[in-house]
Amino acid sequence: MTTLLDIRELTKRYGPITAVDNISFSVDQGEVLGFIGPNGSGKSTTMKIATGFLAPTAGTVAVAGHDVTREPLEIKRRIGYLPEGAPLYGDMTPMSLLNFVCDVRELSAADKKRGIEYAVEKLHIGNVLYQPIETLSKGYKRRVGLAQAIVHDPELLILDEPTDGLDPNQKHEVRQLLTEMSGKKVVIISTHILEEVEAVCSRAIVIAKGKLVADQDPLSLQARSRLHNAVGIRLPADQAGACSDLLRGLSGIGSVEVTTQVGAMVEMLALANAGGEILTTVRAAIDGKGIRVDEIFVERGRLEDVFRDLTCAAEGLKGPTTTARESVDA
Amino acid sequence: MRNVWIVGRRELAAYFTSPLAYVFIVIFLALAGGLTFFFGAWLERGQADLQVFFVYHPYLYLFLIPAVGMRLWAEERKTGTIEFLLTLPVTTSQIVIGKFLAAWLFAGIALTLTFPMWLTVNFLGNPDNGIIAASYIGSWLMAGGFLALSACVSALTKNQVIAFVLASALCFVFMMSGVEIIQSFFRAWTPQTFVEAVAQLSFLTNFTEIAQGVIDLRDLVFFLSVIGIALFVNVAIVEAKKGV
Repeated sequence: MTTLLDIRELTKRYGPITAVDNISFSVDQGEVLGFIGPNGSGKSTTMKIATGFLAPTAGTVAVAGHDVTREPLEIKRRIGYLPEGAPLYGDMTPMSLLNFVCDVRELSAADKKRGIEYAVEKLHIGNVLYQPIETLSKGYKRRVGLAQAIVHDPELLILDEPTDGLDPNQKHEVRQLLTEMSGKKVVIISTHILEEVEAVCSRAIVIAKGKLVADQDPLSLQARSRLHNAVGIRLPADQAGACSDLLRGLSGIGSVEVTTQVGAMVEMLALANAGGEILTTVRAAIDGKGIRVDEIFVERGRLEDVFRDLTCAAEGLKGPTTTARESVDA
Repeated sequence: MRNVWIVGRRELAAYFTSPLAYVFIVIFLALAGGLTFFFGAWLERGQADLQVFFVYHPYLYLFLIPAVGMRLWAEERKTGTIEFLLTLPVTTSQIVIGKFLAAWLFAGIALTLTFPMWLTVNFLGNPDNGIIAASYIGSWLMAGGFLALSACVSALTKNQVIAFVLASALCFVFMMSGVEIIQSFFRAWTPQTFVEAVAQLSFLTNFTEIAQGVIDLRDLVFFLSVIGIALFVNVAIVEAKKGV
């Protein structure tokens, strides 16, 4: 594994506002990095600096050993970039835009042909190639934006909210494409769709208020959820009271919460003390008492909760740690 | 150079894919012709030259050239495509020059399309074609000067209307710096040498000299330096304002 992107102590200030605050991380070949954080947290600014669009106030960015401020062209050649909102020349057609990008990137005639064919096929834009971009739907525009980012087969793909505005099928296709392309490249996407991080990323970085607050693989990040390893139980309502009393008496269980109650069906969650494994204990106890349950499942944790915990703390908001759930008292 | 050409070619194509190019050319030709015939009383003068044709060019350019230049950067910043463009492996100077050359070439195309005037005058009499050629070159150089100033102003704002108005005002100052109203403004509070220097900056003075058929090196240097300096400032403005 070689490090392709190396960001050291990166800071960007706009007057009195610090948009990016001393962020350091590096990305190795083959990684798909998800960049998550609330709006205005500094995701886009970091990407704009890494692509050479903005100059950093302090710190360094290096791509394959080239420094972004000293050798911007070397960096730009290696990067495929989709800016936020996929801005494109509306008066051009996708075909003329792709040709323009290939020409600027000095692709040989053969590479150009191959690159355009690949991008057009992967993003399914073959039927709109000769229509002005301004007449295309949001989904098509986004896909043309993605096509221009991958047409030169870049080593580093930086995509700012690549699936924004796509329908679920298109999102799925873009995710597949990213997974497919990830092999020997580095892919960095920013998103606030957390399922996307779970679906395609091998690593997630959470930033809030310009600061890096977490840098882990999505599973470990999930494990920081207070729901990690919690055991969910679905059972008939008449059994619920007995069950929750039973669970509450067990060692290793912190609390019991009813999450949903639909008709005669109740779903409850037994939260583990300190995220430990409690499935075996819970099952043994339920079987021992002869309580009828319909389903038992283990929660891996919810990224959304972790996201809110991490970012609310950094932004100084009084964030509710999880969505409101009522505890069962009886 | 290669990149300048690629950027310029895209920019030039952009003029012709929008109605802008056609509207501009039609209006330019109509005004240039109309002013010559009606205000210049070209036919009634009974002289085989294009003097009355060229004499209106500075005034036409005053509002038509900012219309060509206003979109160059303001539009990129408004739509966000500037981020796409500046993250491609091209330098800002290459883009600035490419865009300027595209717009200048476009102005050249419009100017070339006035050739029926030249044909007419040659059909009717025996004009001094040397003077006419010099005037065309002078007119094109002046258009380049106005364009470089307009491009510069366009980089300052996201709003094309503001770019247009400011560019027109700036072009007016440069055009008229030789005339009394601007001169007296400076004379009140600056030394005489500065006032004379300002007078030398006048597009009108420099253009009139060329239009008399003498392409003086000084006039050439003047327009080319105005273009060069304006483009240099243009690069600085783009660099400074791209994050805002």
